[in-house]
Amino acid sequence: MPSDAEIAPAEPARQGRERRAAGRVLHRSSLRVLLRDPMGALGLILVVTFVGMAVFAPWLAPYDPLKLDVMNKFQPPSWAHPAGTDQLGRDLLSRIIYGARTALSIALTSVGLAGIGGLILGMIAGYGPRWLDGILVLIFDSVSSLPMIMLALAVITIIGPGTDTLILVVVTVSIPAYARLIRAQTLGMAQSDFIVAERAMGASGARILIRHLLPNVVGPLVILLSMDVPIVIMLEAGLSYLNLGVRPPTPSWGNILYDGYTSLRSAPHMVLIAGLPLVLSTLGFTFLGEGLRDALDPKLVKGGA
Amino acid sequence: MSEAVLNVEDLALSYPGGVQALRGVSLQVRPGEVLGIAGESGCGKSTLASAMISLLSSGAEITGGAVYLRGENLMALSERDRRRLRGREIAMVFQDPLTAFNPVLRIGEQLVDFQVNAEGSSREKRRRAAAMLSKVGLEPDLALSRFPHELSGGMRQRAAIAAALLMRPAVLIADEPTTALDVTMEAQIIHLLRELQAEVGCAIVIVTHHLGVIAELCDRVAVMYAGEVVEVAPVDDLYHDPLHPYTRALLSCDPSALVEHTGHLPTIGGRLPDLADPPPGCAFAPRCPLASESCATPPPRVRPAPAREVLCHKVAP
Amino acid sequence: MLRYAARRICLALVILLTVMIAMYAMVFLIPGDPASLALGPRATPELKALLVQRMGLDQPILTQIWLFLRNAAMGDLGYDVWSQRPVLELILEFFPKTLVLGITTLLWALVLGILLGAAAVVWRGTLTDRLLGLLSVSFISIPSFVIAIYLILVFAVWLRWLPAIGAGNPGDPLSQIRALVLPAFALGIGWVGYLARLVRASLLEVMGETYIRTARAFGLSERRVVFRYALRVAIIPTIALLAVGLGSILSSAVFVEAVFSRPGIGTLMTGAVSNRNYPVVMGCVLFMTAFYLFVVTAADLLIARLDPRVRDAFRR
Repeated sequence: MPSDAEIAPAEPARQGRERRAAGRVLHRSSLRVLLRDPMGALGLILVVTFVGMAVFAPWLAPYDPLKLDVMNKFQPPSWAHPAGTDQLGRDLLSRIIYGARTALSIALTSVGLAGIGGLILGMIAGYGPRWLDGILVLIFDSVSSLPMIMLALAVITIIGPGTDTLILVVVTVSIPAYARLIRAQTLGMAQSDFIVAERAMGASGARILIRHLLPNVVGPLVILLSMDVPIVIMLEAGLSYLNLGVRPPTPSWGNILYDGYTSLRSAPHMVLIAGLPLVLSTLGFTFLGEGLRDALDPKLVKGGA
Repeated sequence: MSEAVLNVEDLALSYPGGVQALRGVSLQVRPGEVLGIAGESGCGKSTLASAMISLLSSGAEITGGAVYLRGENLMALSERDRRRLRGREIAMVFQDPLTAFNPVLRIGEQLVDFQVNAEGSSREKRRRAAAMLSKVGLEPDLALSRFPHELSGGMRQRAAIAAALLMRPAVLIADEPTTALDVTMEAQIIHLLRELQAEVGCAIVIVTHHLGVIAELCDRVAVMYAGEVVEVAPVDDLYHDPLHPYTRALLSCDPSALVEHTGHLPTIGGRLPDLADPPPGCAFAPRCPLASESCATPPPRVRPAPAREVLCHKVAP
Repeated sequence: MLRYAARRICLALVILLTVMIAMYAMVFLIPGDPASLALGPRATPELKALLVQRMGLDQPILTQIWLFLRNAAMGDLGYDVWSQRPVLELILEFFPKTLVLGITTLLWALVLGILLGAAAVVWRGTLTDRLLGLLSVSFISIPSFVIAIYLILVFAVWLRWLPAIGAGNPGDPLSQIRALVLPAFALGIGWVGYLARLVRASLLEVMGETYIRTARAFGLSERRVVFRYALRVAIIPTIALLAVGLGSILSSAVFVEAVFSRPGIGTLMTGAVSNRNYPVVMGCVLFMTAFYLFVVTAADLLIARLDPRVRDAFRR
C-alpha cells in the first residue's frame, strides 16, 4: 500500500487551470503507484506481453499459422513445436501468437470506438437540450437492458458473422456505460463557476467543456475501457468458439479452443494450451484496470487501507 | 478513600499520523461514584472512554500506561479475556441511540445476545432483559418484540441503558448519552441514570461536553484538554472554585449559565494545539490569559486540597 | 408506493417497446428482403410465400409493426418454419432448463460468495484477505467457457467423475443433478468472485457502524459480530443485485450450454443463429429481455416494499 504522502499531490485541484496542471502530476505518480502494487505491475507486464505478441506476430511466430502439415498432426509439445500442433498439423504456438493479433485488434478497436462514441453522446446528453437528454437516456437504458451476448446473436443472424459484426455489437453495447459517465461529469461541470465565468468572457461553451472535461474523465474512462477489454476478448473467443465470430482459418483463441475441444480425448494438450492465453490476457487487463483504479483514485486507496 | 474499581495509569494513545490523542492520563473511578469527564470536542474524552473498555478504533495504538479494572490490567490481557469482562464488569452506552442498535434485529434478540458473558439459558436471559426494560420505564413485552426504528429516540436510549445494566456491571461508561436527545428527554435520562445508579450501585463514567449534565449527575469531574486531564475535583468545588484557567474558561462558556445574561455565546480564543506535534510545555498556554515564561515547561501536578488535582504552573499548592 | 410501482413498470414497458421496435427496424435497415433472410439460403418459393403471409410482410410497414407488437403482446412471437412450431412453444420448452441451471448457479455462488466475503472481513488486512481478493478478481475475469472446458478435461475425461455433455436422462433426477454440477460451477465461479468482493466492501462499511461497536462492547466474538450483526445488514445491497445477476447468468449460459451440449435457450439460439433462423432468434432475444426486465423490476419493487428507507427516498 502506498503511503498518503505520495497520493496527496494526485488529488485534483478545484479550479480548471490548476486541475490541468495537477493532471500531469497525476500521471507520473500514478505510474509509480501502479508499479508498486504487485497486482497492477503483473497486469501491466501481461498486457505489454500480449500487445507485443500482437504487434510483432510475424517476427515472433516460428511458423506460418496457416501452413498445413498433416503428417505431423496432434504433436504434443516438443522443441520443434513448443506448444505442439493441431488436427491439421499447424503450429499451435504460431496460431496463438496470431490469435493475440485477432483478439487485441478487435478488442482495442471496438473499445476505443465505444469510448469515443460514449464521449460524444455523453457530452451531447449532458450539455444538449433536455428532450434530447431524455431520449438518449432512454436509449442507453434500453441498450443496457439487452445482454451483450443476446444482442450479438441477434445482429449475427441479420448481417452474418464476422469481425465487423463483433465490433458493431461491442460498440453498441458499451457506449451507454461510457456515455453515462461522461454525461454525469458534463452535467456537474456545466453548472460549475469556471464554465459559467469563461462563457461570460465570450468563449464557446462546448469548447471550454471539452478542454475542462477531458482531463477529468480520462482517468475513469481508461479504467472502464481497460476493464471492458477482457469482456470483449471473452465475447470474441466465445463467438469464434461457436463459429459465429472470426471465421476459420484465421486464427482466433476461440476457434483454437474449439479445435482442441473436438480432440479433447486424443490431444488434451491443445485445450490446455489454447485456454492459457485467454486466461492470462483477461487476468492481465483486469489486474491492470484494478491497479489503475487504485492508482488514479486516492480515495479508494485510503478507504481500502 | 476506597480502592478504585477502574484505574487509568499514565495512559498514552496515538492515532495513525502520529496524533497523540491521550498524553499520560491518570484517573481513578471509585466504586459507586459518578465521574464526569468534560472537555471540548477533540480533547480526547471519547478516546479515553473507549480505552476504558479497551474498545479502540482501528489504527489507535496504546503507547504507554495501563488500565486496571478491579486490579486486572486490561492492556495485558488477551482479546479473548478482555471480551469476557465486557458487559459483565464494564458496559457502555453510546451517544446516538438511533445507531446503537442493529436495525434488522429485534430489541429482544439483541438484549439476549448482549448477555454472552452471563450465565443462564436464553429464556432466563430474556426474562432478565424484560425486567431491566421495565426498570428503565419501557413496557417490556412491547419493547422486546420491536425493531429499533419502531422506538422513539428517548425510548431507544432507555433500551440502551437497560442493555448496559443487564449484567449489573461494576462500571458503566456513558459516552455523550444525552447529546442526541432533546432537552426534556435529556432530563428524563439523567433522572433515570441517577435512579438506576442508586439501585444497581455501579460506578458511572459520563463523558460529555454539556456541563449541565455533569452538575446534575456527577460526584466528581475530570476536565480534559488536549489529551490530558488538567483538573480533577468534586463537582461543587469545581463549579464554585475552578482552579485551572481552562476550567474557568470552559465554565464561563457554558451556554446554560450565561446566554440569558449576556445574550451571546462567549468563546475561548485560539485553537486546540496540533496533537501530532504537541508543545513541550503547558498545552493551554497559547490561549491562557495567565500564561508566562514558566508555562513553556511541563506543568506540575498540584494537589491544593485532598480531593483535588490541577495541572498548572499558576496554582499554588 | 403505488406511484413508484407504476413508474417502474411503465419504464420497463417503455424499454421493452424500444427494444422491440429497434429489433424490428433492424431487419428493414439491412439490404435484402426479410423473408429470404429469415429462411436463409435454403428458402424455397413456397416457404417464402408462407413466411411472407405469416409475418404479414405484404402489409404496409406501420401495419406490420403494429401487428408485430400486438402479436407479441398476446404471446405470439411468430412461427418457426423449420420445426413447424410456434416460437413461443419452443422457448417455453427450452427456457425452464436454462432457468434451472441459472438458479442453481446463483444459489451456490451466493452462498460461497457471501462466506468468502465475510471471511475476508473476519481476517481483514491479513494475507488471507489479500489472497481472497486476488482470487475474486481472477474468478471474475476468466471466461466461463474456458473454465467449462478445463472442468470437462479434468472431471469428465481424466477422472471420469461427472458427465461431459448433456443434461442427464429424463426421469432420472440423480443423473440430472450430476449433469448440472460442472455447468453450474463454470457459470457461477465468476459470480462467486463478484459477490465476495461486493459483500466484503459492504461489510466493511457496516463494520464502521455504532451498533457493531455496541455488540463488541458487550463482548460478542468477532465471528458473531460479523455473521450475526454485520452480515444481515450488509447483505441487502447484494440481494438487490441478484435479479441483475440472474439475467446476466442466463445470457452467459449461452456459451456454457454450448460447451456442455446442454439443451436450453442458449443451444436453441446458437442453433438458430447458425441456420440464420431469424424468427426464433428474435423471439428468444425478446423473451429473454422481457424476462430480465420483469425480474429486475420485480426485485426493485420488492426491495422498495421491504426497505422503508428506499420507499421514502422515491416518494420525495
